[in-house]
Amino acid sequence: MTDTTTTPPEIGGIGHSVKRAEDARLIEGQGNFVDDIALPGMLHMALVRSPVAHARINSIDTEAASAVDGVVAVVTGELMDAHGLAWMPTLSGDTQAVLATDKVRYQGQEVAAVVATDPYIAADAAELVEVDYEMLDAITTPQQSLADGAEVIRDEKEGQTDNLAYTWETGDAAATEAAFANADRVVSLTTHYPRSHPSPLETCGIVADVNSVTGQATLYMTSQAPHAHRTLFALVAGLPEQNIRIVSPDIGGGFGNKVPIYPGYVVATAASLLIGQPVKWVETRTGNLISTGFGRDYYMTGELALSDDGRIQAMRVDMLSDQGAFYADAQPSRYKAGLFHVCTGSYDFGNAHIKCRGAFTNKAPGGVAYRCSFRITEASFLIERLMQTAADELGIDPAELRLRNFIQPEQFPYETPTGFVYDSGDYPTALRKALEAAGYDELRAEQAAAREQGKLMGIGIAHFTEAVGAGPAHTYDIAGLKMIDSAELRVHPTGKAVLKIGVKTQGQGHETTFAQIVAEETGIPAGDIKVIHGDTDDTPYGLGTYASRSTPVGGAATAMVARKIADKARHIAAHLLEAAPEDIERDADKFFVAGSPDQSVSIQDAAFAAYTNLPEGMEYGLEDVTYYNPPNLTFPYGSYVVVVDVDPDTGVWKVRRMVALDDCGVRINPMIVEGQIHGGLTEGFAMSSMQWITFDDDGNCIGSNFMDYLIPTAWETPRFELLETVTPSPHHPIGAKGIGESATVGSPAAFVNAVVDAVAHLGVRNIDMPVLPDRVWEAIETADT
Amino acid sequence: MEITVNINGTDHSADVEPRKLLVDHIRTGAGLTGTHIGCDTTSCGVCTVLVDGKPVKSCTMLAVQADGRRVTTVEGLKTADGLHPIQQAFSDEHGLQCGFCTPAMMLVGAALIEENPDPSDDEVRWAISGNLCRCTGYMNIVKSIRAAAAAAGNGSSGADD
Repeated sequence: MTDTTTTPPEIGGIGHSVKRAEDARLIEGQGNFVDDIALPGMLHMALVRSPVAHARINSIDTEAASAVDGVVAVVTGELMDAHGLAWMPTLSGDTQAVLATDKVRYQGQEVAAVVATDPYIAADAAELVEVDYEMLDAITTPQQSLADGAEVIRDEKEGQTDNLAYTWETGDAAATEAAFANADRVVSLTTHYPRSHPSPLETCGIVADVNSVTGQATLYMTSQAPHAHRTLFALVAGLPEQNIRIVSPDIGGGFGNKVPIYPGYVVATAASLLIGQPVKWVETRTGNLISTGFGRDYYMTGELALSDDGRIQAMRVDMLSDQGAFYADAQPSRYKAGLFHVCTGSYDFGNAHIKCRGAFTNKAPGGVAYRCSFRITEASFLIERLMQTAADELGIDPAELRLRNFIQPEQFPYETPTGFVYDSGDYPTALRKALEAAGYDELRAEQAAAREQGKLMGIGIAHFTEAVGAGPAHTYDIAGLKMIDSAELRVHPTGKAVLKIGVKTQGQGHETTFAQIVAEETGIPAGDIKVIHGDTDDTPYGLGTYASRSTPVGGAATAMVARKIADKARHIAAHLLEAAPEDIERDADKFFVAGSPDQSVSIQDAAFAAYTNLPEGMEYGLEDVTYYNPPNLTFPYGSYVVVVDVDPDTGVWKVRRMVALDDCGVRINPMIVEGQIHGGLTEGFAMSSMQWITFDDDGNCIGSNFMDYLIPTAWETPRFELLETVTPSPHHPIGAKGIGESATVGSPAAFVNAVVDAVAHLGVRNIDMPVLPDRVWEAIETADT
Repeated sequence: MEITVNINGTDHSADVEPRKLLVDHIRTGAGLTGTHIGCDTTSCGVCTVLVDGKPVKSCTMLAVQADGRRVTTVEGLKTADGLHPIQQAFSDEHGLQCGFCTPAMMLVGAALIEENPDPSDDEVRWAISGNLCRCTGYMNIVKSIRAAAAAAGNGSSGADD
């Protein structure tokens, strides 16, 4: 492991595997999740959801539900409409029904809500709400949706005459076409990255407490982006922003699922406002799976133009995206297909052209960045699957093909054909190290021998480059809000500190790692720093935690504010040491005059003096705030090698080994980084092997509970072997790049490549995810050879 | 119905609806919110408690079925002597991230160690295979449970072999 520490363990700065501050309450059952909150007079809300995918609403009868003892109110779209809240904007500039008034457009869509004194009563009464539906044909694929004559799903949308949600393209079409025309070889791959769902174990929920006298709205919400949600609530509901306080307490996992604003939040808030009592809504698991933000669902055709010796000349991509009934991707507003254009990956070539069409279907809306930075998972999967395809087609070893095409270390900063400027990297070293750890040459020899005996083993490689940490204000905003973030640091007279941040942990360990950043920069022990997050009345503004942006943006803000504090402390130390500030130096935990380390002032001494004994003209106190606008994204990368054994008779495959090398720049807390990688690899394994959401022809969601939507248990999940290289980001204050999503982005291609590699000699070039045994078996049975 | 359930060593008497789930009784009746709800179908396991020492998914048991029985929740793991070894191990080995599945994982781990003082990696994985985790990829959970076994003076190793 690379040692990046500059502080002793008792300070616990960067590079120390400090035990987590958040654990103490969580291991004793003292966490405070939304469903744990109980307020005096609190009512409970249950949603009535559409059982069908596409139907006109003729009428809604609430009489029987309203008559149930304990029911306080039944809310319909009509009531919401009377308050101008039947529709709300999505994060991609579309509108979404809060409670359906005209049609239902997917199974599970919110139609009404019942508020009662008890959750059991609310659920019972919700069953009694009678909705008269006039059935319409369901459109369940984007191909059907964009076919001529398809019924218009969004007939309420002015000017919408078909089911096209958007079109988007980038890159140089003409230059790319020319490169393809002149290429020795063209390799192509058509694949579907299936619809998946982040499904954190805690579903979404809210306790809305709107005080009808003061107008104060306190919303305890499962929110990955509390500040952005506050502003959006203000803009949508017309509530004065100073009276909205969003509190995002402990969050039981997010993975992108808790970035959007969902109808349930809005209805519960409206109900609390109208009734004058707090209202709790906690989603059922089925509600979570069938209505909240899914991920992926991209149909992709990618092509590479290559020379005979395997040098890539250009890349061309054509995609169709299934957006569901509303275009609700949570992504920067400039990019319709997220940051998919990072799909040129880790390779040095001149031209690319990418186009994408998004289609409305009768499925749940979403398109959230499920543990990825806005469609980067799809992009990384496509290029790494194409590299495997190209290797197989050209007869070049897949590791060698990558080595021939890598961007070289001396080429950084490297501008890609789609306009990203990669900050730093050493890809050949990373891949070679991963191959060596896996014993690649021996594995290939073993594979050849196994094939002689009719056995199938495969070795899959993926070398991914992510683009995370959105982002620079000149380019990145969500719903118009620039993607900056912030940190406020207060050092108390005794030298203990409180750090308040705009980002929000959902298990990533911010309360620990952000304290470590302050410890590194100031010398205050990490254990003396309390990190506050998630309460918009008590933290400075920020866009929240998703897209691996906490460390790249919020972490940078934290380092910068800590540097301001350290600088003021240095001036105070100079005063106490009766020296000029420019003569003062600092080591891990104290200030001293250059050349005289014997006489020193600790950061704690300086903190006390900040309130008691200041140089003339200096303002009292030791606190500051920083808003950080990152100059660029950061670009973590990694090399993954997977070894699988495939049963030729059943298609069942087992992971024998999974070697994962990650380079996320400087690691603040190696223990936490490794935990993030373990989790990310598991989600990558899940998507490649079992986890997907499907629908029948009528639009019924198959995968609406954890018996049908398969998440790997400890029994199926492989063991992982982790490696690292450390290539700091040159523009980040502490050289960190972000790690929360790398493994989910990079690993699916490695798993799929391994299975395809096992059967490539039979002529198989592709098996779509999830790589289910029957798909493998069928690929073997129908192979060309 | 009048029931008395011993929760973490204290008798709780209450008048409950026959249909009330044990998990709801624990969370809202006894006010112990360390036991969570995650799926409604007995699949995720975050509601797991120990009933007479055995792991039970409390979303699939009625409160009235627990009448006269002994229930242990995460709040009952710690004793006057301090944290239970499984709690310490989960913190030491980074066996939790968001913490939502953690109470259940620790209870299953504690029950496993009672029955099998030195569980292998596979034995731990099998024991927790009814409990989902979305954050950790299970490796550090397995490590934590084995470390707890070792710390209790029973296990041979906390290593993830």
